[in-house]
Amino acid sequence: MTNPASSGTGGAVRFGALLLAMPLLLWLFLLVILPHVDLLLVSLRERISYGKYEFSLINYTEFFVEPLYWNTYVRTAVMSIMATVLTLLIGFPVSYYIAKVMRGKGKNVLFLLCLIPFWVSELVRTFGWMILLRESGVISNFLQWAGIADGPVEMLYNDATIMVGLVYTSMLFMVVPLVSVLDSLDDSLIEAGYDLGGNAFTVTRDIVIPHAMPGIASGCIVVFMLTLGNYLTPNLLGGKDSLWFTEQIYTQFITRFNWESGSAFGFLLLVLSSMIVWIGLKLSRQTLSETVS
Amino acid sequence: MADQFDLECRDVVKKFDAFTAVDSISLTIPKGSFFSILGPSGCGKTTLLRMLAGFQAPTSGDILIKGSSVLGVPPNRRPVNMVFQHLALFPMMNVSENVAYGLKRRGADRATIEKKVSDTLARVGLPDSGPKQISQLSGGQKQRIAIARCLVLEPAVLLLDEPLGALDLKLREHMKVELKQLQHEIGTTFVYITHDQSEALVMSDQVAVMNAGRFEQVGAPQDLYYNPHTAFVAGFVGESNLWKGTVGMTHDDHIVINLPTGGAVLASRKTHPTLAEGQPVDVFVRPEAIAIDGQGKTDNAIAAKVDNVLFNGAASSVQVRDKATGHEMTVALPQTGAFANLKSGDLVNLTWGAEQTRCFVAAQNQEATA
Repeated sequence: MTNPASSGTGGAVRFGALLLAMPLLLWLFLLVILPHVDLLLVSLRERISYGKYEFSLINYTEFFVEPLYWNTYVRTAVMSIMATVLTLLIGFPVSYYIAKVMRGKGKNVLFLLCLIPFWVSELVRTFGWMILLRESGVISNFLQWAGIADGPVEMLYNDATIMVGLVYTSMLFMVVPLVSVLDSLDDSLIEAGYDLGGNAFTVTRDIVIPHAMPGIASGCIVVFMLTLGNYLTPNLLGGKDSLWFTEQIYTQFITRFNWESGSAFGFLLLVLSSMIVWIGLKLSRQTLSETVS
Repeated sequence: MADQFDLECRDVVKKFDAFTAVDSISLTIPKGSFFSILGPSGCGKTTLLRMLAGFQAPTSGDILIKGSSVLGVPPNRRPVNMVFQHLALFPMMNVSENVAYGLKRRGADRATIEKKVSDTLARVGLPDSGPKQISQLSGGQKQRIAIARCLVLEPAVLLLDEPLGALDLKLREHMKVELKQLQHEIGTTFVYITHDQSEALVMSDQVAVMNAGRFEQVGAPQDLYYNPHTAFVAGFVGESNLWKGTVGMTHDDHIVINLPTGGAVLASRKTHPTLAEGQPVDVFVRPEAIAIDGQGKTDNAIAAKVDNVLFNGAASSVQVRDKATGHEMTVALPQTGAFANLKSGDLVNLTWGAEQTRCFVAAQNQEATA
């Protein structure tokens, strides 16, 4: 790739570029690559006795042998995919409304309304849900006061609640890329679609969605990864039975102090998310570079 | 009775809050004609076209296509199709998918679609472009595909919203001729909106000049050019020299228009029977109506000095300044090349007949004639 004509200054230019890229390279190396290499090495050893380790695949075989781990893994993946799909289904009409239907000031106000919940931390937001949904919470009390329920109603600690929390937490990350990609869709394309005989369904299917595909893909990737790696929401809203894979990793590291097993699980989660994103991109015929640009 | 018209508007009004974009427009467009709506930007022509297409509903009035009202009929059910200003070809589909789009929406079967698409592509002169992507087409080709996409549906009326605006000058000149030919061959009624008078004049059977939401004049291009009914039409269609003056003495067959700068212009009484003394008027004279050092009629004669020679081949002209009043004028040079040696500073005698002068009673808002 070197240009022979500029080879004299090429070295200097390359050194400058390297210097500029240094913070990024350092960040990548120290905070991403190095920990992962270490994690990989830790996951591939077995503790024989105090301070003695040996190379072994036992941490991985344990995962496949123990059905609890395996089930949690699959369940986390399925729930995350469902949460992503739900977020897309709810986020798409919202984004379309913000980008294409609203005009002027209302557009910014609506967009801001999507953003406002994110001014407080995820923890506070999740506690907000708990105040609403718990046995002694707002909704339970209201149902009793209205005479609809006889006793306290517990709405926490089930899968539906986890799903609500995950979708709520992820919504912004779906809406932002969708609004920006839908904003870039020329109104006259939609009008042309109608003018040539299309209806709302066919125009959406043939024109709006193909145009929005990069935004859909990038929104889905971000939401899926955030959901898969989420710890707080499933833990607080789902309680002990939430069976989220990140909780397993936490347990291995913190409760059982089994770093070898925890590292192996961490790697398996990485493999899982990479694989599902890759399959998703293949199915939607998008490329990663198209999606992030 | 109404069947002979493909398109008819009756007192169509469109108001946006207090602003009236389209103000009681009535028009009838006979079958198979090329009808242009010419006006400056912001005159309401796009709003009118969008009402015809069904994207906007008129505040009052009626729109009829082939004799039946289409009020309340959504765009996808109207027998009209539109070529958008920026063409709005679907970038996510290739050329033949673009053309096939409308047929698919109608539920035509695959064989019919294929046949019609290839027929239509052949008709617009791009028979082999079906598998191409939209981004691979040149500006003129995109233009033709956008038209093909509409024509394949055999609309009663084809609406065109300044589709040549995005093309460069040379291609635009070429497409003008091509569009007219195409319309002539297929015989579909075209409604074409533009702010470019030469597009309207060259292509159309009928032109409606629109200003501030109203039609100023509807007529054949020649009519508009030689017989403008209002000052706006005289100023907007073609080049004109403009004076502001007041009607002075009237003779048997001449009217004297006094100019505030001291000079006077003669107009024919016959063409302006209603002008009365003291009325403020705008006076228009076409650059090509003025003869340089000529014989012809000499009702008006001005001695002038050449300021600038604007050489442009057959469309060359000179900018001159009236020696007496200092008024700037543009005079077309004869195409014989007789005054090829004219240069700035030369003195010339300008003459024109009184019947070449057009006067219009000055409107309340003076800027309309600028």
